[in-house]
Amino acid sequence: MRLEPIKNPSLARNLLPPALALGATVVIASLLAMAAGANPFSVFGLILRGAFGSQFALLETLNRATPLIFTGLAAAVAFRAKFWNIGAEAQLYAGALLTVMLGTGVLPWPSIALLPTLVVFSILAGAFVLLIPALLKTRFGVDEVVTTLLFNFIFLLFISMLLEGPLKDPMGMGWPKSARLIDEARLPRLVDGLRLHWGFALAILSAFVIWIIQTRSTLGYEMRAVGLNKQAAAFAGIPVNLVLVKTALLSGGLAALAGFSEVAGVKASLTLDLSPGFGYTGIIVAMLALLHPLGVVVAALFVAGIFVGADSMSRAAGVPTYLADIMLAAALLLMVLAIMLTRFRVVRD
Amino acid sequence: MEIIDILFTASFWAAAIRIASPLIFATLGELICERAGVLNLGIEGIMVAGAFAGWMAVYSGTGLWVGVAVAMLVGMLFGLLHSTLTVPFGLSQHVVGLGVTLLATSSTYYAYRLALPEVTSPPKIEAFQAFEIPILSDIPLIGPALFSQTPFTYLAFVLVAVVAVVLYRTPLGLAVRAAGENPAAVAAQGLSVTAIRMGAVVVGSGFMAMGGAFLTMSAFDSFFFEMVNGRGWICIALVVFGSWRPGKALLGAILFAAFDALQIRVQQTSLGSLLPYQIFLTMPYILSIVALVLMSRRAEVPAALMVPFNKGER
Repeated sequence: MRLEPIKNPSLARNLLPPALALGATVVIASLLAMAAGANPFSVFGLILRGAFGSQFALLETLNRATPLIFTGLAAAVAFRAKFWNIGAEAQLYAGALLTVMLGTGVLPWPSIALLPTLVVFSILAGAFVLLIPALLKTRFGVDEVVTTLLFNFIFLLFISMLLEGPLKDPMGMGWPKSARLIDEARLPRLVDGLRLHWGFALAILSAFVIWIIQTRSTLGYEMRAVGLNKQAAAFAGIPVNLVLVKTALLSGGLAALAGFSEVAGVKASLTLDLSPGFGYTGIIVAMLALLHPLGVVVAALFVAGIFVGADSMSRAAGVPTYLADIMLAAALLLMVLAIMLTRFRVVRD
Repeated sequence: MEIIDILFTASFWAAAIRIASPLIFATLGELICERAGVLNLGIEGIMVAGAFAGWMAVYSGTGLWVGVAVAMLVGMLFGLLHSTLTVPFGLSQHVVGLGVTLLATSSTYYAYRLALPEVTSPPKIEAFQAFEIPILSDIPLIGPALFSQTPFTYLAFVLVAVVAVVLYRTPLGLAVRAAGENPAAVAAQGLSVTAIRMGAVVVGSGFMAMGGAFLTMSAFDSFFFEMVNGRGWICIALVVFGSWRPGKALLGAILFAAFDALQIRVQQTSLGSLLPYQIFLTMPYILSIVALVLMSRRAEVPAALMVPFNKGER
């Protein structure tokens, strides 16, 4: 078989493959739910209700979507330039680290000064963590996939070392846990009485900023050009390596904001289980959004909904929560295939 | 010097070879994929799936070698999924690889929860036992290190030789290497690049799963979540370090494992008590990155690695 580009894809061509991919994901999840002895219809019902069925559920979903918007943007920005940052997990912890280092009383400032400072330093920390793999790539040609992945392990051990050493909370009853943030370093709630913090607003704002950078700035144009064809971009006079480094700084900074927002908005202190893989899930979010920054917001809500819904479904129906992870992995693989099939026709030899 | 003393103990080298064994299988698997032109980032998840599948098979009553075969088969299935998406459909090898890792890991955990819903600590199996090769195992230092291992470890070494011979001494190996260097030339010879690449990824993924199975069936006797712990990613670095050659990759894996075994032992010395244990645990990962940087200058990357081949194009 071989693939032939389609000149003018019809509406059906554009819509059918993604719809089939979504359908196939649902079928796979249903079969797995049945393997666990549950009724697939009630499983999906429980997931939907658990994710969007009540005000509490909806706020929980929005809260869970917040770090995913940041890590999704981090992946989307980098992947657009074909810079494969798989290390958002490390950058997230870098942001969280700076937040607890500066937000636990070292800077006794009012919120209005402290919070922006924490944001800036988190971004710088995340950017710095990704700068090392970026420079290894541009200077030595070392593949960033492996280095960013390995950095996740290195950085988590580094955090573990700090939490058992200098950052350990003396009141922590021996747990490896940092001290709590001072009140001025906490992100306030968006609306009084509702469990949703300003991190969500910051995430939406970031998505718009990235969208504007990508569509309205020279850097955005250069990042796209580098992603499409490095040689052609270099030939056109674009400093490819510099663009890659800038992309990395932006991507690392975004991922770090996920760490900042989780600590300042939700947890108030740093522990080793701050992120249940937000960095990795961000990659799925970015792919499902077709790397579009505003699409990332929608995809993050969808993915967060599945996770939150699966948690409550699992308690009610006894189906392991890993069903959510399988659904997302299947959706990711089927969706990239479907998108390809909207633009290419499979031809038999 | 305590550290020098450690290097001359047989138990140290025995541990190094034991730690190297799963890495040898998985590095060899990744090497085959990449030699054919396909980067397989599914490696981490495939190792998790293999670790569980082999162990589960033995736990449900099959023999140990049947368990190894089951693990290999599961790995090959994930390899088939990976290669179907990346080879004929030419999808991004990065995205598909990460997707396969997520799928393999999460479906393994799902299967584990379904198979053993009530357990708090995972049950143990009767794992592979050390088999002392007569005469050879009596050689000082080398004997206990190399010839008193489990049969699963011996298989790793046999496999390195087999892969090296097939890659460099057979028409099949030539076809695989050519598919990764110059697929158009392979197609011009009337061979199917698609079939060669898919075959390489399927077989390579089988080897990765055997590497995972080594953890649950020889190194340990039980399955834990997160037990693969980044070994797959380290193997990708080892392939680069070994310049895509089986022999060099074997040396790289042993060197790496020796370093790992050393850091475990140094932790228990007077020097080890001075430093936080996390410093030692990061060493394998840092060493991988250093190895990548050192080798990057003279790496002979397969020319068509990560380049999809669509017949009739160009």
